[in-house]
Amino acid sequence: MCLGIPGQVTELLDDGSQHAWADVSGARRRVNVALLEDEDLKVGDWVLIHVGFALAKLDEQEAAQTLQLLEGMAKAYTDELEAMANSGTSAPGQG
Amino acid sequence: MTGPDVTGGPGPQGPQKGGKKRAFGHTVINLAHGSGGKATHSLVESVFLDAFANPILAPLNDGAVVSVAGRPVAFTTDSFVVSPIFFPGGCLGDLAVNGTVNDLAACGAQPLALSAGFVIEEGFAVADLERVVAAMAAAANAAGVPIVTGDTKVVERGKGDGCYVNTSGIGLVDERAVSISGAAARPGDRVIVSGPIGDHGTAVMLARGTLGITADIVSDTAALNGLVNVLLEAAGAAVHVLRDATRGGVATVLNEVAAASGVAVVLEETALPVRPEVAGVCELLGLDPLYVACEGRMVVVVAPEAAEAALGAMRAHPVGTGSVIIGEVVPEPAGLVLQNTGFGGARVVDMLVGDPLPRIC
Amino acid sequence: MRFVDEFRDRDKAVALAVRIAELCTPGRHYKIMEICGGHTHTIYKHGLEHHLPPGVELVHGPGCPVCVIPMGRVDDAISIARTPGVTMACFGDMLRVPGSQGSFLDAKASGADVRVVYSPMDALQLAVDEPGRQVVFMAIGFETTAPSTALTLLRAKAMGVPNFSVFCNHVTIIPPLRAILDAADVDLDGFIGPGHVSAVIGCRPYEPIAREYAKPVAVAGFEPLDVLEAVYLVVRQLAEGRAEVENQYSRVVTWDGNPRAVEVIAATMEPRPHFEWRGLGSIPWSALSLRPEFATFDAEKRFDVPGVRVADPRACQCGEVLRGRIRPWECRVFGTACTPEKPIGTCMVSSEGACAAYYNFGRVNLKRPLARART
Repeated sequence: MCLGIPGQVTELLDDGSQHAWADVSGARRRVNVALLEDEDLKVGDWVLIHVGFALAKLDEQEAAQTLQLLEGMAKAYTDELEAMANSGTSAPGQG
Repeated sequence: MTGPDVTGGPGPQGPQKGGKKRAFGHTVINLAHGSGGKATHSLVESVFLDAFANPILAPLNDGAVVSVAGRPVAFTTDSFVVSPIFFPGGCLGDLAVNGTVNDLAACGAQPLALSAGFVIEEGFAVADLERVVAAMAAAANAAGVPIVTGDTKVVERGKGDGCYVNTSGIGLVDERAVSISGAAARPGDRVIVSGPIGDHGTAVMLARGTLGITADIVSDTAALNGLVNVLLEAAGAAVHVLRDATRGGVATVLNEVAAASGVAVVLEETALPVRPEVAGVCELLGLDPLYVACEGRMVVVVAPEAAEAALGAMRAHPVGTGSVIIGEVVPEPAGLVLQNTGFGGARVVDMLVGDPLPRIC
Repeated sequence: MRFVDEFRDRDKAVALAVRIAELCTPGRHYKIMEICGGHTHTIYKHGLEHHLPPGVELVHGPGCPVCVIPMGRVDDAISIARTPGVTMACFGDMLRVPGSQGSFLDAKASGADVRVVYSPMDALQLAVDEPGRQVVFMAIGFETTAPSTALTLLRAKAMGVPNFSVFCNHVTIIPPLRAILDAADVDLDGFIGPGHVSAVIGCRPYEPIAREYAKPVAVAGFEPLDVLEAVYLVVRQLAEGRAEVENQYSRVVTWDGNPRAVEVIAATMEPRPHFEWRGLGSIPWSALSLRPEFATFDAEKRFDVPGVRVADPRACQCGEVLRGRIRPWECRVFGTACTPEKPIGTCMVSSEGACAAYYNFGRVNLKRPLARART
């Protein structure tokens, strides 16, 4: 019940069927976007695809923020490692 | 991770030594038995191996090597069943020729001659048959092998899925390749694959049309005898194992080798060559490219000192330009294939029971 | 692949792992339950546990909608599949699930028309394309998948497709969670919440759980960094003495979820007073059936199903695995009588069942990192 993959909307079908074409790394599938009718979906948006239906529109800003937070942690850790190496002691998670 | 410290071994599904018959446990054959994975192995070992028992068959390599007037002759057979018959990148005919040429190549043999047997369903279009046959002729020509004998049968409508083809082939084993066998992998050997994995399986899956997915993926069906020739030129007897990865994918082939050789294979996920479109399809369906069929990829296990030379020679050949080293043979845990994940962890790459199936979970 | 590869980054995992370790109280053993089979799959496929400190254990819960279907219900589905004229359309996950007389694959081998579909809409299309067949769609899944079945039903009704019906086995996430917490035979410290269920139902439904049972919940995405970050959030809450719901998967999940998705479920389905869960027994209001207005599309009404309650094989300990009471290898038949090739229970069949995941991905003790292959 969990397999959902982000895909980019490449075409919105205006045949009343509430479908769009979505692309996942070059694989294309017709996706039902009825669940996102309040989202003002546009070509170029990213959606979460599960069994041929779009369940959610991806919030690219939130994604960036999540990654930024994790990047911050990663940077802080490497800075610590450097500082420790320069002072000759070992950092947490090492040796 | 806590857990039992299992050191591995061929496991209950591995090939059993000693020829003791294992109970099959099924009363009807199901589709999993044709997938190349554990179910197929179980069928072969329980039903065929015991009945046909002989030392030439026992190693269960891609082909058998029989001695003819003192020379080692490789002999192999393969039956081709594919739906749809025509798919992007080729058709049944290409598979039928290339598959057997490749099994011979995996024995280190250049193909000398092929046979072709047809089981055709009543109602099958002659135009389609002609297309298949034309593809076979072209593929045989490209591989440099004649189709010298054949057979044709027609079955009633509804009994044949269009057309089935069986090809058998013989070839002289190159003297540099006489020790090549699934059991010859040694710790330290490098594992090379001759190009991106999963192309054929995904191309055919999409071509069936039942999944509603399209992508620019074509089958990788190709004859690999030319590639094997340049490989043997460059690395000779340092080549320990040759296997063409077909149904069940690279993972299945490597599991067979690990079990037969009593070693472990460690793969690096970041080194595995997968086309983005194939990766996209696999993510959509929840499949792992390691298990998806290829039809024109050779898995090579080569001694470390010759790995660079082998890789170079393969990359210089038209069907091997995408060759990469994907892993290494280590002593333990024997019989298992493991993978260092891109995330920094590790996992076991077991053999599947049946075909890889799309999942929703 | 965008929004995927970035969340598989190893360097970020290493840093996150250090922060998790720093937050752990020395000597304390943490048991965090992940309730989604997709998370089980991610954990094993990427070897995520390699990054966890020894005191943090991830326990697998009943979040595999295939695993929790009781045998009797599988038998019901197979009896429908075996009915002449029926085409049973199901997800690939269902194909090898064992009933008491074999699986869908076995039924197919003996003549039943079973076809794997990727989407419930594809099953409806099958019915349209083959008017001579009775197409039955085996609907499984939590609230993630229910909206898709719901939209398919709405379309079937709008089109008036006469030869299509749904065998509904949708289940909901909160009741089994409560059942596990109420059973109190597993000492859990917190939860990794199911990201795609939450894309539908939002984060709000977990608030009573966090409050009443004082357990932190971190709703997580399905890439390995998502799960690891969720572990970090839970451990951090525990260190700070909090028990709240946090949303790690904010790029997909909103606090209120997808109201339209919830609407279509309510328009087509209603909660069943009782539903049997493998290993958890009968849980009230934990599953969905079709509403009376959709009775014509209800396979349970169209076909006579045995409806027999079949006890699990005695050797089977799936229930204890699903509740997190035992780990897969602690099951007495794990790897011996019960293997992926000859599964006794659903935990071994479903690719995201804890046992199958462990068998396929984690069987060897890989605590020590494997030496890098020299490629």
